[in-house]
Amino acid sequence: MADMKTQRHPMPAQAADKRIHNFDEVALGYTPELAAAEAERCLHCKNAPCMKGCPVGVHIPDFIERIKLGDMEGAISVIKSDNNLPAICGRVCPQENQCEKYCVRIGKLGGAVAIGNLERYAADWAMNNSVENRTVSEKNGMKVAVIGSGPASLSCAGDLARAGADVTVYEALHKAGGVLVYGIPQFRLPKELVQKEIDSVVSLGVKIVTDVVVGKTLFIDELLEENDAVFIGSGAGLPSFLKIKGENLGGVYSANEYLTRLNLMKAYKSDSVTPVLRGKKVVVVGAGNVAMDSARTARRLGAEVHLVYRRSREEMPARAEEIEHAEEEGIIFDLLVNPIEILGDNSVSGMRCVKMELGEPDASGRRRPHEIEGSEFDIECDEVIVALGTTPNPIIKNSMPELATTPKGTIIADEYGRTNIKGLYAGGDAMTGAATVILAMGAGKRSAQAIIEDYKKSR
Amino acid sequence: MKNFEIVAKRQLAENVHEYEIYAPLVVKHCLAGQFIILRTDDEGERVPFTICDYSRENGTVRILVQEIGYTTVKLSQMNVGDALADFVGPLGNPTDLKEFKRVCLVGGGIGSAVIYPQAKQLHSEGKSVDVIVGARNKSLLMYTDEFERTCDKLYLITDDGSNGNKGFVTDMLKQLAEGGKSYDCVFAVGPLPMMRAVCNLTKELGIKTVVSMNSLMVDGTGMCGCCRLTVDGEIKYACIDGPEFDGHSVDFDEAILRSRTYREQEQAHLCNLRGR
Repeated sequence: MADMKTQRHPMPAQAADKRIHNFDEVALGYTPELAAAEAERCLHCKNAPCMKGCPVGVHIPDFIERIKLGDMEGAISVIKSDNNLPAICGRVCPQENQCEKYCVRIGKLGGAVAIGNLERYAADWAMNNSVENRTVSEKNGMKVAVIGSGPASLSCAGDLARAGADVTVYEALHKAGGVLVYGIPQFRLPKELVQKEIDSVVSLGVKIVTDVVVGKTLFIDELLEENDAVFIGSGAGLPSFLKIKGENLGGVYSANEYLTRLNLMKAYKSDSVTPVLRGKKVVVVGAGNVAMDSARTARRLGAEVHLVYRRSREEMPARAEEIEHAEEEGIIFDLLVNPIEILGDNSVSGMRCVKMELGEPDASGRRRPHEIEGSEFDIECDEVIVALGTTPNPIIKNSMPELATTPKGTIIADEYGRTNIKGLYAGGDAMTGAATVILAMGAGKRSAQAIIEDYKKSR
Repeated sequence: MKNFEIVAKRQLAENVHEYEIYAPLVVKHCLAGQFIILRTDDEGERVPFTICDYSRENGTVRILVQEIGYTTVKLSQMNVGDALADFVGPLGNPTDLKEFKRVCLVGGGIGSAVIYPQAKQLHSEGKSVDVIVGARNKSLLMYTDEFERTCDKLYLITDDGSNGNKGFVTDMLKQLAEGGKSYDCVFAVGPLPMMRAVCNLTKELGIKTVVSMNSLMVDGTGMCGCCRLTVDGEIKYACIDGPEFDGHSVDFDEAILRSRTYREQEQAHLCNLRGR
């Protein structure tokens, strides 16, 4: 029986004063001893409440049991039967709002079992020991095209390939991985590791073709003709802006552009060909995970970084861990502050802001911020990063007007991703608008299941 | 043949080369006015170039490149038989000049590469096409033979007068308009200050003007917003809304400022490459 008093084992991390000078991973991972001790804390509840919080349905108590028994191959095999990208999920899933939220130890019993940390431990063990423990069915003649190579697509492609389908993934950029490679920084999700996870999907027989923009290079109609099904996992890539004066000055970035330059194009390396501005004082607008990623990246490039947000700390949408890490790294939070103009003649020299106060809750349930009259003030800065979210890329919609979409541009589909067009499925941010890696993976998985079932029915 | 292989390379002027790239997927649907993004090698940056001609039969796309930055110089060091790391497209929207009957195409510098497919297209549709090509000097006047075959009248003009006709493309256009030429559309492509000058003139003359914006880009698919510009007071992306816009609605002053964002860093890199 697990000791009911043992506290949750925190994740070892690089010290803040050290990590702001490098792009190495912040969270260092459990040692075997820590992993064993944390696994001991799992109570193996019969009804496994944690599982209902997992969008891809990982058999959590089972894999933790294997870790406890020292059967690492067994642990990774349990995880990978439901999750194609565990090393990624173990790092970027908001576990506190998912599996760990339902853990019975969450309150007085020392805190929720660190399921995410254990998942990461098992996945990293498998990578370090080159374990590939997955069965692939014989080819069944089904042919599927997958658009985009982010988490929704990789998860869908992996499941389809395992079921025996011939799968081709089309990626618009020169590198596969979608937001995992262009968006999430190296210090939170090392790109070598993403590549290994992609390699493992490729090892199932998935073909990845880069440099193909579906809707431009190839059209969905053509893909539908040549395949039994097509899955759209093209994400939500189009950045939103503030729509205020000065926003098009050089030195004002969307978070997407800033992070793409740094992550995909490796501009953090001193010999990178792709340029990026290295401002001395950077202001990031927004308070989601992408805002934290941008702020922490700018900090690592040596800037003093302010993060302005129009609501208060309580309403910040980023994961608690990201907010804490940002704070430890010296990011200055200017809360209840809203930008009204970006100042500068030739380039950015400052930001005019107004102070805010919170009123009654709005439709989202969060208290609506109001400007305080006459409270304008200026923040001096030489670079601005706007991290206000993204909407789906319009290229696919524009190239296929008959595909049903919402006024916001998201694709309309049922819970299995079936769109209004036969054989065409969609999932992830392209359908829901910007959300998380794991929700996209869950959607990819459900679509894979529907594609297989629909194909069988049609035979 | 390798994907993205250079199948032909031709020097057109000092520091200007024309390349034909084998890219069967790109050529399948590409049209005049669209562009591609390439990377020379695995460590390279992504740089956009307008498609200046293509052959669906041979699976090749032609681009014209002036060696002004790291990638363009690197490209000039590559030869026939070498393959680029990446070549993606066609991106952006095709040119749509079908509502016009008497068009004047204006190209400055290597902007002439961009107006060439339009000349070909309009000419084949039997429309009236005049072409003005301007350059710093005579040796930089490009595609003159091609234009001779595809337009009604070709006007060449140089900043230094080395071809016997001194002035800017705007001087030429003004002269033609004053001489009684009437156009229902001017299509201008070249450096931003040139396009701004043409637009200022055509606004006075009351001629509809279309420009092709060569903004800085990263992905070229609407993801980063780097190529944004203000058109008629609204934010537009050159990569997915353009690259062609109504020239009289474009905020050129802002676009010029944005185009200078990385000037210092680019110079530093170029020096590394050229060993200076």
